[in-house]
Amino acid sequence: MADQDKPTTPSPPAAPAAPKLSWEEKPVPPVARDAMELPLVRSLLNALPGASVDAVELAGQVTVVVPADRVIEVCRACKEKLDFTFLVDLTAVDWKDRPEGRFDVVYWMHRFTDSQRLRVKVRLADGAELASVTPVWKTANWMEREVFDMFGIYFGGHPNLERILTWEGFNGHPLRKDFPVEGIDTGAAIYPDVYPPGGGPVKDGEGAA
Amino acid sequence: MNDLHMYVDSEEMEVSFGPQHPATHGVLRVMVKLDGERIIDAKPIIGYLHRGTEKLFERETYNGCIPHTDRMDYTAAATNNQGLVGAVEKLMGITVPPRAAYIRMILAELQRLSSHLIWFATHVLDIGAQTPFFYTFEEREKILDLYEEYCGARLTLNCMRVGGQPYDVTADWLQHCRSFIDQLPAKVADWERLITKNRIWLLRTVGIGVISAADAIEWGLTGPPLRGSGVKWDIRKVFPYDHYDEVEFDVPIGVNGDTYDRYLVRMEEIRQSIRILRQCLDRLPDGPVMAKAPKVIKPPKGEVYFSVEAPKGELGYYVVSDGTDKPYRLRVRPACFINLQALPELVRGHLVADLVAVIGTLDIVLGEIDR
Repeated sequence: MADQDKPTTPSPPAAPAAPKLSWEEKPVPPVARDAMELPLVRSLLNALPGASVDAVELAGQVTVVVPADRVIEVCRACKEKLDFTFLVDLTAVDWKDRPEGRFDVVYWMHRFTDSQRLRVKVRLADGAELASVTPVWKTANWMEREVFDMFGIYFGGHPNLERILTWEGFNGHPLRKDFPVEGIDTGAAIYPDVYPPGGGPVKDGEGAA
Repeated sequence: MNDLHMYVDSEEMEVSFGPQHPATHGVLRVMVKLDGERIIDAKPIIGYLHRGTEKLFERETYNGCIPHTDRMDYTAAATNNQGLVGAVEKLMGITVPPRAAYIRMILAELQRLSSHLIWFATHVLDIGAQTPFFYTFEEREKILDLYEEYCGARLTLNCMRVGGQPYDVTADWLQHCRSFIDQLPAKVADWERLITKNRIWLLRTVGIGVISAADAIEWGLTGPPLRGSGVKWDIRKVFPYDHYDEVEFDVPIGVNGDTYDRYLVRMEEIRQSIRILRQCLDRLPDGPVMAKAPKVIKPPKGEVYFSVEAPKGELGYYVVSDGTDKPYRLRVRPACFINLQALPELVRGHLVADLVAVIGTLDIVLGEIDR
């Protein structure tokens, strides 16, 4: 900031200012573009004809949207033919009231040979069942349990689809958009005599009805 | 009489380990199926510390999410911050000024040291060596003092913002930081002299909790548990963020994938962190610490995943923006949660006492597992 300390003499119209450094300019967000022609998507389509319905690239990350009924087939092809041996993350997004299916289930996988990552996305209607990918990657086990717990998405063929972060008997799926942030009256499901519907312990001591 | 015999003859027994047991490093409960002393199966039960962090993110502004991330892996708040701000910056196309990036690296590497010091202290304490606990906590205290001097907080730092750093570092602070890392290598060598060749330590860790490289990948392990199995993989090298591509450091790997190798990997990481810190302090450029980021952080519609090498493994943030100033969905890819999943695999066939060693070697923090 040395320039600001100088007395304000009218400076001569000197040489053009040095080009601005990248952090001094207004940030330019990355733009999504069609990725159907990328070699990665091509190789996936070759391995599995007709699988992809849509492919987008944003900030260097490729997203492929595949039909829900082919998810296990696609994941197996990704692992066995395209060498995506590492499932980094599996999660879901709730798009309430979206006509083409309420949930996105998102698989994010990694390939060690060239450090390439691929996002596979599935659109799923509320109440629909999705095939579990635990036969493909063992690590999907807890991730799918978490998605089941938080979103109420059923994974068919999962060895042990139980709630994982909330307790068994919990009523509701917290990360759904219609679940209130303040929480719900949770005690009622387990101890209706202690916690009556409407919430909280009863006024006159525990269990007194 | 018959009933009694039924109990006496039975060999399998199910024991609840935790959730209030100090060796579980928090509120982890493991249902262990035992045959005498031998573990047949173990089933981790988690969720005792679930606070709905991902739900809370959805009602906060992007910068408002940062304090929530402090409370996930509460032994490594700086790297948690780094992942979140990195993800939002990636989605908005913000370039952070080099001085801010270097300050982030300094804070993150100090945090890695601090996290590994806690791991070392508690891991050896679980196995029966009490002295190193006092030594390492003394050093960790100095790191916390450095944080306090930088941002006022010691644990829940909230020390990064989207677009740069909230505060610049002072010359005094850099001097304190330098004198801290100058005296640390000798201390680390001292601790290693106590433990590395210790006969009891070797008996308790060599060959315990073995996992092959292929299995480690199959179970999604990251961080030191993956590197201990011989996979040379570090986010700082594979997808360099900030200016990690400008500093020199090695990624240590193990050979056998057992508890002892993971111990060696982490001890070497301590030395590598010191090496990175030295280079960062030498090279810290001048200039602003905040980019020309908008006052209201409003990323465009889109989704992006960004991960950092946290002390425990790959910590990722998957941001889905709908164009408003609050994240539509902000998913945390927790390193500990996924590393813990491999626990039954690691302890099967071992003794009960080894369960404690394996929990220690996975270096879990329940705040991040349960979120």
